[in-house]
Amino acid sequence: MAGFDKRVASYEEAMEGIESGMTVLAGGFGLCGIPENLIAEIKRRGVKDLTVVSNNCGVDGFGLGLLLEDRQIRKILASYVGENALFEQQMLNDEIEVVLTPQGTLAEKMRAGGAGIPAFYTATGYGTPIGEGKEVREFNGRPHILEEAITGDFAIVKGWKADRYGNVMYRHTAQNFNPMVATAGRITVVEVEEIVEPGELEPGQIHTPGIYVDRIIQGTFEKRIEKRTVHS
Amino acid sequence: MALTREQMAQRVARELEDGFYVNLGIGIPTLVANYIPEDMDVMLQSENGLLGMGRYPTEEEVDPDMINAGKQTVTARPGAAIFSSAESFAMIRGGHVDLTVLGAFEVDQNGNIASWMIPGKLIKGMGGAMDLVAGAENIICTMTHASKHGESKLLEKCNLPLTGAGCINRVLTDLAYLEIKDGTFILKERAPGVSVEEIVEKTAGKLVVPDHVPEMTFVEG
Repeated sequence: MAGFDKRVASYEEAMEGIESGMTVLAGGFGLCGIPENLIAEIKRRGVKDLTVVSNNCGVDGFGLGLLLEDRQIRKILASYVGENALFEQQMLNDEIEVVLTPQGTLAEKMRAGGAGIPAFYTATGYGTPIGEGKEVREFNGRPHILEEAITGDFAIVKGWKADRYGNVMYRHTAQNFNPMVATAGRITVVEVEEIVEPGELEPGQIHTPGIYVDRIIQGTFEKRIEKRTVHS
Repeated sequence: MALTREQMAQRVARELEDGFYVNLGIGIPTLVANYIPEDMDVMLQSENGLLGMGRYPTEEEVDPDMINAGKQTVTARPGAAIFSSAESFAMIRGGHVDLTVLGAFEVDQNGNIASWMIPGKLIKGMGGAMDLVAGAENIICTMTHASKHGESKLLEKCNLPLTGAGCINRVLTDLAYLEIKDGTFILKERAPGVSVEEIVEKTAGKLVVPDHVPEMTFVEG
């Protein structure tokens, strides 16, 4: 009886069922808190025509940038891209469709998606190209635009510690988009630095309760730093 | 003389108040953190999910899990809080941040701001800027007054695609400090040695010039 034991034994098993054409939500901000091994497994599998939802698209040769090398991403929803020469090239050649989305709206779209809210109004983007073609409604004398929620076939998440039941804690600013991403996947896969026994994590300190999580795996992480800045 | 980047940061810092929660954008706004008065406690918000951003780390303190919205390694100060992106933008959109400082390509007399997209050039995205300008009541825009070719960036109407509509009420350029109210720029202060005439000449939008426009002063060093 597996019960609530969400552990899987390999990265192959962790991404079992991913197919070409699916939508994948990924946690992380820049290279901080990205599910780097799950991304590498998607690359290994060679699935294509993916729609990816992530704040950024990694860098050349690391993170989601890996999936550009074999043109696995057809469309991406992100708030900021272009630390990445390959990405720029594919964007200019129309090989990848980019839907730029304000960062807070992107976070809220996934939060709403996971929370069963199909759409929400926000003032963000009204009067800008982002608001074009979207329903406008005035609240408290101010125009807002209607933004639709996002869910995905797979959600890939990087946590710090988890227990077997899939309760997850994040470390420092590696939290970022991960909690929302975790709620919005049909299948949510979390990779962590350490898996502990149920009861070891303080219940009140859990960021992502196990109910959202389908699979967990313990991995080792490079944690590449994008902009090392030190105190002089 | 036009203000240096450091002087611009220094001038913006005078708008800080004790107990303010402040979001600083990338570039000149980031430098404002160097000029927070010592008798003042200000909490910096970084939209990737950090309230209470500290200084940059020492080599020993560098932690890949601890970055700011510019993706730089940082530290958290005592009393900091860390949270998700959704929580971070709840603070921003919900109007809980007391002051936002960010850069711009263009601002116009109706408080519209363009800061994220130049058509025909590579477009990298708006990041959190659209949420920040939509959410904050109190925004200071830092920018150069005119382009290298002398074209004004303070316009009657922005030419570039907007980041937000009707949301900017204060602008600090390298030449002047201005407010925006009722469809006009109001000249409040001028950079040391910069004439009112030069500012008038380099402001394309409607500009109200009061009788007396004080010159900014800066303490050396």
